[in-house]
Amino acid sequence: MSHTCDKDQALYDELKLVINEKKKLRNPLIEILHKAQDIFGYLPVEVQMFVAEQLEISLSKVYGVVTFYNRFSMTPRGKYLINVCTGTACYVKGAPKLIQMLSEELKIGMGETTPDNMFTLSEVRCVGACSLAPVLVIDEETYGRLDTRKKVKEILNRYRG
Amino acid sequence: MSQNKRMDVLLCCGSGCISAGAKKLKEKIIELSKKHNIENEINIIETGCMGPCNLGPVMTIYPEGVFYQKVKVEDIQEIVEEHFIKGRPVKRLMSQGDNKVISEKKEVPFFQNQVKVALENCGYLNPEKIEEYIALDGYEALVTSILEKTPEEVIQEIKDSGLRGRGGGGFPTGVKWGFVQANKNKPKYVVCNADEGDPGAFMDRSLLEGDPHRVLEGMLIAAYAVGASKGFFYIRAEYPLAVVRIKNAIEQARESGLLGENIFGTDFSFDAEVRMGAGAFVCGEETALINSIMGMRGQPNPKPPYPANSGAWQKPTLVNNVETLANLPTIMRKGAKWFSSMGTETSKGTKVFALTGDIKNTGLVEVPMGISLNDLIFNIGGGMAEGKKFKGVQLGGPSGGCLTAEDLQTQIDYESLKAKGAMMGSGGVIVMDDTKCMVNVAKFFLEFTVDESCGKCVPCRVGLKQMYNILDNITKGKGKKGDIERLITLGESIQKLSLCGLGQSAPNPVLSTIKNFREEYEAHINDKMCPTCVCTDLYHIEIDKDKCIGCSLCSRKCPVTCITGSRTEKYTIAQVDCIKCGNCIEVCPVSAIDKIPGMSSEVLNIANNIEED
Repeated sequence: MSHTCDKDQALYDELKLVINEKKKLRNPLIEILHKAQDIFGYLPVEVQMFVAEQLEISLSKVYGVVTFYNRFSMTPRGKYLINVCTGTACYVKGAPKLIQMLSEELKIGMGETTPDNMFTLSEVRCVGACSLAPVLVIDEETYGRLDTRKKVKEILNRYRG
Repeated sequence: MSQNKRMDVLLCCGSGCISAGAKKLKEKIIELSKKHNIENEINIIETGCMGPCNLGPVMTIYPEGVFYQKVKVEDIQEIVEEHFIKGRPVKRLMSQGDNKVISEKKEVPFFQNQVKVALENCGYLNPEKIEEYIALDGYEALVTSILEKTPEEVIQEIKDSGLRGRGGGGFPTGVKWGFVQANKNKPKYVVCNADEGDPGAFMDRSLLEGDPHRVLEGMLIAAYAVGASKGFFYIRAEYPLAVVRIKNAIEQARESGLLGENIFGTDFSFDAEVRMGAGAFVCGEETALINSIMGMRGQPNPKPPYPANSGAWQKPTLVNNVETLANLPTIMRKGAKWFSSMGTETSKGTKVFALTGDIKNTGLVEVPMGISLNDLIFNIGGGMAEGKKFKGVQLGGPSGGCLTAEDLQTQIDYESLKAKGAMMGSGGVIVMDDTKCMVNVAKFFLEFTVDESCGKCVPCRVGLKQMYNILDNITKGKGKKGDIERLITLGESIQKLSLCGLGQSAPNPVLSTIKNFREEYEAHINDKMCPTCVCTDLYHIEIDKDKCIGCSLCSRKCPVTCITGSRTEKYTIAQVDCIKCGNCIEVCPVSAIDKIPGMSSEVLNIANNIEED
């Protein structure tokens, strides 16, 4: 138990450094939340409270921002976040089928995380790689022209290691 | 572009080519040139997007200007040994014309009808080096603007050029600048709107990644003209490379004295920083964007006051789109006259379009305003992929409209497109072939806008949801008489009553598809039939007994075991149980199984009975 606390403490320390650096900027809340999510993997209420205290703003303001933007998540996510592009070009080229294939392969629905905490399936509104539609992004790696189950399996296996 | 090296290998590292494997090509070129001891003779440059994404990975080799497409790792050995060492370019990797091999990039048909202004250097320089940008006349326009012109003269030049906002609105750029300049409140801000949320558009991304210094120079020129001292690049978090490249460009410009106090010894001081978006389409709207920069929820404010008078921190703020800024250095260098010689009466210059969808040449193109949609789609875009028939084209993303084959002669300018019920938008062009269901496409766009509505005003938040429900019912066979009229009434009210551009334009895809494809809506509602077999509830799957050979493969692959029969009797599908997974169609060795528009009679009977009950 104490081990996790130490680990948490280290994460909060890291966040505090970020906040102190970003404080120089004017109204840096969103910038800080991006970093906080990188550090913790998601934004639980405790982290939001911490940010609010450090910036001396109300928790409701932080919570309002976190819940407004799609990119911020209040639930833990898997090791790899699979973002399927559901922009128009991808939709026209078969994003719904890609989502169906992923969901069958991973046995989870949209927005869910696999029981082994490896993958979270999520949607993103256009990653600007429209000429490769349909695409998905894992971390910052983009994979395009995913129109067969074989290609989908290949990619997932790369991460399963 | 390099010093003392025999050859320049320009390797496209736009997002398209990278996911097609460009980085692996680079490693292989380095490996093989080391092996052959020519590594000191070759300069490998990672450039931004060259445009023809479907041909990726692509590369251009100078001094000859040889253009290679669809290069694989296995091809590198031949390129290095034949071309680099022996000087014999590899013909099989070049673009294949009708009766000849096209070796030079400028002769490839995809590039021939294009005029590059904003994309001038994209795919031609290393975006991470300020020296390369400067070598291509970069920052020259800034120097002459600051040292030789007054802010008023710069504004006049942009007014004379006829440049209009490239983000979609099409407001005259010079006039907007005039408003900000006239306000004497200080400090003033310049914001680069790089929240390219319109799905299907990626020109801003390519510009930021491929030629970041050009966008920065544009911002500096704008800042000088309006008297701003601070700039923000508001970039979507979905574009991490763009964020890195712009931050790098800002850093280099600071080191070179192009940003900071007293630039070029004048009293003009300016600095810029990057702010990241967090995934909200509405933040493309300027007042919402400003709220987001200030660390708040990205909700729009009523206008007036316009940002020109009261924007970020209630100070005068100029918001310009990425492509607008990217046009500025060239306009200032070559003059307003040169720029306004291109285009139509009301729309001057060029426009960058992202061609996507069911088209052969997907990618990024820049064309003079005034060319026809037909030229854009069929000449530059190469026409429809897989030999299919053109059905419609969506211009302007979820805010735009859908045009048909009849509109193909329309010339591309702000007014002509608007008159047809579409809009220029940011330049996303999504071409659709005749396998697409327009009701479903309209529903897709509405699902997007319902999801992205910020929730501040009622017409957008509640009205769009109502429109979505009606469309959803139509695609599920529950459409009622009068639904089309209800959609039109709702749509027109939402257009008039919404607070910001998102709501005002969100009904467009529905209204324009009703206008152009009304018979498809009627087929869905009255005949319970999806003519293109896209809406699952409105088609069924049948086995053609004349073609069926009774192999039983379909029956064995059916997950709900609803296909029965024998070799002699052939096979049939129990329609009531069929879930339309399509497995049987895929496995049938003789293509005897197909989708048939309309509900099957069994299902229709049951549906009618339920309704009567």
